[in-house]
Order: sequence, then structure tokens, then C-alpha cells
Amino acid sequence: VTNLLARYAECLFWMARYMERAENLARILEVHEVFSRSGGDQGKNWYTVVQLNSDVKRFFSRYPTPSTENVLNFYILDAQNETSIIFAIRAARENARTMRPWISTEMWQQINVFYNQLLTWTPETIALPNLSRACAEIKEACQAHTGITEGTFYRDEGWFFYLLGKALERADQTTRLLDIEFNNLLPTQYEVEDPLDFVVWHAVLRSVAGYHAFRRVNPRGMTPGSVAGFMLFNESFPRSVVVSVRQINDLLTSLKARHHLRGGTRALERVDEILATLEARNIDAVLRSGLHQFLDWMQLKLIELTVEISHDFFGQASQASQEQTQS
Amino acid sequence: VSRSDPSPGNLLGAYDQGGFYDELFGLPGDPPLAHTEIIRDRLSRVRLDDIHNRSETAARELYNLGITFLINSEREAVDRILPFDVIPRVISSREWAHLEAGCIQRVTALNLFLHDIYHEQKIIRDGVIPRDLVFGNANYRPQMEGAKVPFNTYIHILGIDLVRDGAGVFRVLEDNGRVPSGVSYVVENRHMMHRLFPDLMDNIRLRSVENYGLKLLEATSAIAPAGSGEPQVVLLSPGSYNSAYFEHIFLAREMGVPLVEGRDLVVENDRVYMKTTNGLSRVDAIYRRIGDDFLDPRAFNPDSMLGVPGILQAYRKGNVALANAIGTGVADDKAVYCYVPRMIKYYLGEEALLPNVQTNICREAEGLAYTLDHLDQLVVKPVGEAGGYGITIGPRASKAELADCRAKLLADPSNYISQPMVPLSVCPTVTDDGIEPRHVDLRPFIITGRDSWVLPGGLTRVALRKGTLIVNSSQGGGSKDTWVLEGGAS
Repeated sequence: VTNLLARYAECLFWMARYMERAENLARILEVHEVFSRSGGDQGKNWYTVVQLNSDVKRFFSRYPTPSTENVLNFYILDAQNETSIIFAIRAARENARTMRPWISTEMWQQINVFYNQLLTWTPETIALPNLSRACAEIKEACQAHTGITEGTFYRDEGWFFYLLGKALERADQTTRLLDIEFNNLLPTQYEVEDPLDFVVWHAVLRSVAGYHAFRRVNPRGMTPGSVAGFMLFNESFPRSVVVSVRQINDLLTSLKARHHLRGGTRALERVDEILATLEARNIDAVLRSGLHQFLDWMQLKLIELTVEISHDFFGQASQASQEQTQS
Repeated sequence: VSRSDPSPGNLLGAYDQGGFYDELFGLPGDPPLAHTEIIRDRLSRVRLDDIHNRSETAARELYNLGITFLINSEREAVDRILPFDVIPRVISSREWAHLEAGCIQRVTALNLFLHDIYHEQKIIRDGVIPRDLVFGNANYRPQMEGAKVPFNTYIHILGIDLVRDGAGVFRVLEDNGRVPSGVSYVVENRHMMHRLFPDLMDNIRLRSVENYGLKLLEATSAIAPAGSGEPQVVLLSPGSYNSAYFEHIFLAREMGVPLVEGRDLVVENDRVYMKTTNGLSRVDAIYRRIGDDFLDPRAFNPDSMLGVPGILQAYRKGNVALANAIGTGVADDKAVYCYVPRMIKYYLGEEALLPNVQTNICREAEGLAYTLDHLDQLVVKPVGEAGGYGITIGPRASKAELADCRAKLLADPSNYISQPMVPLSVCPTVTDDGIEPRHVDLRPFIITGRDSWVLPGGLTRVALRKGTLIVNSSQGGGSKDTWVLEGGAS
């Protein structure tokens, strides 16, 4: 059996990443909508999203003021902004379009229809009163994609690269979300055991669809340590970093064993390194030495991992790879 | 949006085919064609608003499924559907037998011609076709001289543009022997009709269009170098920004082969490989949807980013097969076209089953003089263009357009041919106001590997604008499903 075309593997990997990314962006905006409802100064609240995403410079090159409308437009409908939802969906669709000979017709059709629908959205569609519904629609479309893919995509090598992209993006997005929310929502001085503002942290956990699971594991109280620990270290929560990294480990191993791929050794070494760190530490240690530093390190490792995967499987001088964005 | 239907149950009651041959009714003044009777009957019973609704459903589905071609507008590439008209064009089994034989005869002659001009060049020495028409042709490829190709076949995939004249006679308007496109619409249009009009199709036995991909895979596998076991066939596309990308996807899926781009292929030691997740993997045969010019930057256009450096050398050594072969463009040139009936006679000793449209060759003094004298009655075409570009339709042209055409003819006569305006046949077509006649053509597709096979029917293109004769998608044309009736129904 002939191995998968390198470019196909790459497109599937990135299609999965972009869909996952759009879903997570919608989750982040949704949680901020909840937060801004409970807070006072709305404009300022939305501006923190821009700050925490390190998008300040790019934002002000396109918009004069960080008003709610401008920030929402920047992150949802602004196709020029590479951290916007429409940018991610368009990139996913471009990859899907390239992969049409390989993916199921249903997968292509759903992404195509969804993208065309997004093109009809106006500032009104995403205005604050409608934002929650708009984010829900985006999430549902991304979940429909996940479901259709699960149900229709042929399980060859391509499937593994698709899942690889999805797992990597999840690990990346969960660390990103955690970083943003801890900086944004916690007072500058806090203790690991401080009780948290329930409304806000409820929303944070909801944004990763983790609230009920969290409650089951931590029925009493909600502290910065327990929330961050859950999102980083929980072995059963599908969006936790450790689950995603274990998945990457399994997928790379399967690609070598089942499809006899020679590459991937260095990528597996990176994964080992990340897993070893995750297994050696607990959340208390991480918080004491600085959550932000830890998440930064994790993001760096995930980027290195992507570079190794691109190098080993997609070909070194891959042009498409350079066009895709890490974040 | 439709107005209320004035005559329910009689959709075709007010239909007027004018002075043209009609694909559902036949010659004007004659009794309507017998083989279309049941279809006309059923159509008549459909309400106009119903047919409008189903047409809208078709357009929406085509768009959502991405059965589209790309139009490059000023700012970005936009997906457009090829408008689909839901009233089918019908061909009787007897007519089809004639068309099929004519197509096979024509592709056979064209392949004999190509083999001849790249080898002994007898047809030139015998004075049947002018020497400079072949060797002065931009699409003649000296690199192919003496090269052996499997089964001596150059054109594995041919599309022949046919029109039906006022007397109901099918005539060849042009050959597409390089990279003919449109076959995906033939199959997708049939799928659409099955979904939209099960009531219209019920119990009518049609020749299937389903096995095109299989036939194409058989032909491309047959020409792969010997000893490759189960040959690795790929489809080479210019990429997702090509206007025909949907068709490339469609064909790769139907053939069950990878759709590759030039950047996926590499030539090492005169062998072609594709880049996989596990390194290089050998490629034996390529159905290429890239023109000669872009195929190999080392041999042809050095600026091509789409091609594969070194592929010509691998091809000449017989290490990889290409469909179509390099250098077929000299056979589908609009000037060479005029000589095809003589080619058929020369190589096969037969009369052409499908006559040409009468053509004046402006590179010849006589043809140029005639064209200049009758400019307002003729259609003038540049020989190297496709897609309906650069055409002047004399009877429809303004004085300024005619003057412009005359100047171009005088400046570069050998770049043009002229033809009388063929009164193209019409077919009932859905319009906002009801069912009206619109002009159609027909492009059958012929696949040649070990032998030749014609896809039953072909692409019927329809000029949707009233009175227009140009059916090209780039000029506002649409398409129809083409029904070839099984034997016994005619």
C-alpha cells in the first residue's frame, strides 16, 4: 500500500487544527461575554482579550479604539486578522478544499456551507446581545464537523494526521485559555487556596465544557489550584493538556507501528519530554514557580513538536506549512 | 420568481421552437419526435412554479456541494456554479450509434495523424496537409519526434464539440485534444436529475454515465510502463485555484487515485516519484490536467511553477506514461481542424461520419478574400484560443467591431478561420417567464487506451441568454443532462 501523499497529511493536520482553533476561539469569546455581563467597564474588559492574546499592535493597526464592537469584529469577522474565527474557518475550508479528493463529501459540504454562512454575518449578528448565540452556532458547527468526520472519514493514515492536528491544537488552546483567564480573572495577589468568584470560574470551566466533570472531581470548593490542575493534569478530561499529549504520543506510535512510517522519532522524543515534565510536577509546584512561565514553556514545546512533525512527515521545504500559522 | 402558471398541465403548450431544429421536437413543421414523446408528456404536466422550485434547489445543492468553477474577479477568486437547466436533452439510440461511430472514427484518425507527423510525416509529403500548418504550429513539439508512445496513441481523452445545424445534422465545430474538461458535469448533472426528477425519469431506460472514472483508470493503467505490477496512476492538477479544480477532484475520486500537484512530484534518475509521508514513491502513469507549456519548466516554459522539472526526459525514456501525450495540440488546432475530413480519408479510406462545419482558412489567400468580403455573415475565430474568447460574430457585430475584426485579419491572417453562422439547434429551457428555446451544443468524451470508448451522451451546453449562440461557461452558458435512450426506445 502506498503511503499518504505528504501534502495530504499536512492539509489534514491543519484542517483539524483550524477547526479546533475556531471552536476554542468561540469558547474564549463566550466566557468573556459572561464575564463582561457581571463586570462594570465593558470596553476595558474586552480590551484585555486583545492584550492577553498579544494582539495589541495588530489590533491598533486596524482599529482606532478598543470598543466592544471593534474587538468582537477583530476576533470574529475580520478576515485580515489571522487570530479571527473567520480566518480559521477559511483556512480550514481551504485545506478541506484541497483535500476534497480524500475527505468525505459530507465533511467538505458541511465546512463549505458553514464558511459561506459566516460570510453573510454582519456586526449585528455578533453584537453583544447576540454574541452568546453566535458563539454557540460556531461551536456547534465545529462539533458537527467533528461528528461528521468521526462518522465518515476513512480510517487510513490520513485519519491519524487529522487526530494529531486536533490533539496538538487542543493542548495549545487549553494552555492559552488558562494563561489568559488566570491573568485576566485573578487578582494580582492570590493564594493557591483562595476561594474564587464562583460566577466567573463557572464560566471558565464551562468554556472548556468541563464544569460538571470538575464538580464531580472537586465537589467542595473551587480554588485557582484545583481549576488549573484540572485543566492541565486531569487524566480523564478530554481537553486537559495531559490527555492531549498522551493522545499525540499514541498517534505517533501508531503511525510508526501500523503504517511503518520511518519518521517521527524526534517528535516522539519531544512528547516524552513534555510528558515527563507533566508527570513529575503537580499543580501546587507549577503555581509556586509561576503558572505563566510554565504555560509559556509548554507552548514553546508544542511549537517545536509541530516543527518536528512538519519536518519528518510533510517534507522540509514545505511551502504550505509556512503559510499555515502556529497561532 | 415565477408568476402564477397560466396553463397548468400544459407547460410546453405555448412553446415555440422558431425556425431551428429542436432537440425534443425535431425539425420545424414536422411532427414532434416520437422518441421524446413520453418525456414531453411528462414535462407538460409539471407546473411552472414547481419547475422553478426544483431549479432553485438544484442551484443551491450545486453550490453547497461545491460543484463549482472559480472565477477570478478583481479582488479574489469566487466560486460559481455552472448554471444547470433541468430540462434534459434527449438523443435516440439510433442517433447515438451514429455519433459514437463518428467519434471513434475521428479520434482514430487524429491519433494516426499525430503518430505520422512525429515520425514519417507521410501526410505532409503526400501534400494532404500544408507543411507549415504543422511545423509552424506553436503546439507542434519537436521533442516528440521519434518518441514511442504506448499503442501509438496520443489523445487518450478527447472532447469533440458538436453542433446540430438547421437540417438536424450533427457537425463537428472543434476538437479538444489537449486537456478537455466538462465531463464531471455530465455525471453530476445525472445525479442531480435523479434527485430532482425521479417522476420524469421513472421507467425511462437511459445509458449510464457512471463508469467514466473506471474507463479512465483502465486506459491510464494500460499505458503504464511494463513490469510495474499494479501501476501507480495519479492525476496531476495545477492546484485548487484552477478553475476546473472541482473536475480534478471528481476524476481523482472516481479513479481512486491521488490528486497531485507538480510540487508533489520529483524526478530522480529519469523516474517520477511522489512525496509521501514515508519518502518517495514511484509513479507509473499520469493523467495530467496541465498543458504542455507548464508540464516541465526544463523543457518548455521555464517560469512554470506548476510542472515537474525533468518529466519530459522520464517520459521520453518510457519510464512514465502521460495522458494525453505531449504535443497533441497540433491536432486540435482550429486551422488543422479544416483538414480532419481529408485526414480520415487519407488514413482510413472512409468518408467522415461527422462532417465539419464549412470553414475558410484565412492563411490561404482565397479564404481570406472570402472572409473579408462576407465579414458581416461569418463567424471569425482566432485559431489558438479556447473558451469562446476573441470570436467575432459577423451578423451580430457593430460596424466598429467589424472594422476591428478586419484590421486584425489583415494584420495576422493566419491566426484566423471563419465559418458561416450555424443555426444551432435549440432545446426547451427554463426561463423566468416560462419554457423557451435556447441554443445547445454537445461535447462527447472519448477515452482511448487499448481501444476507444465513448461516454454515452456527453456535455450539453446551453446558451442561457436569449438569442445567444455562445455556450461557453465563461460567456454565460449553462448545462443540461444529456439522455441517451437505450435501444428499443427510439
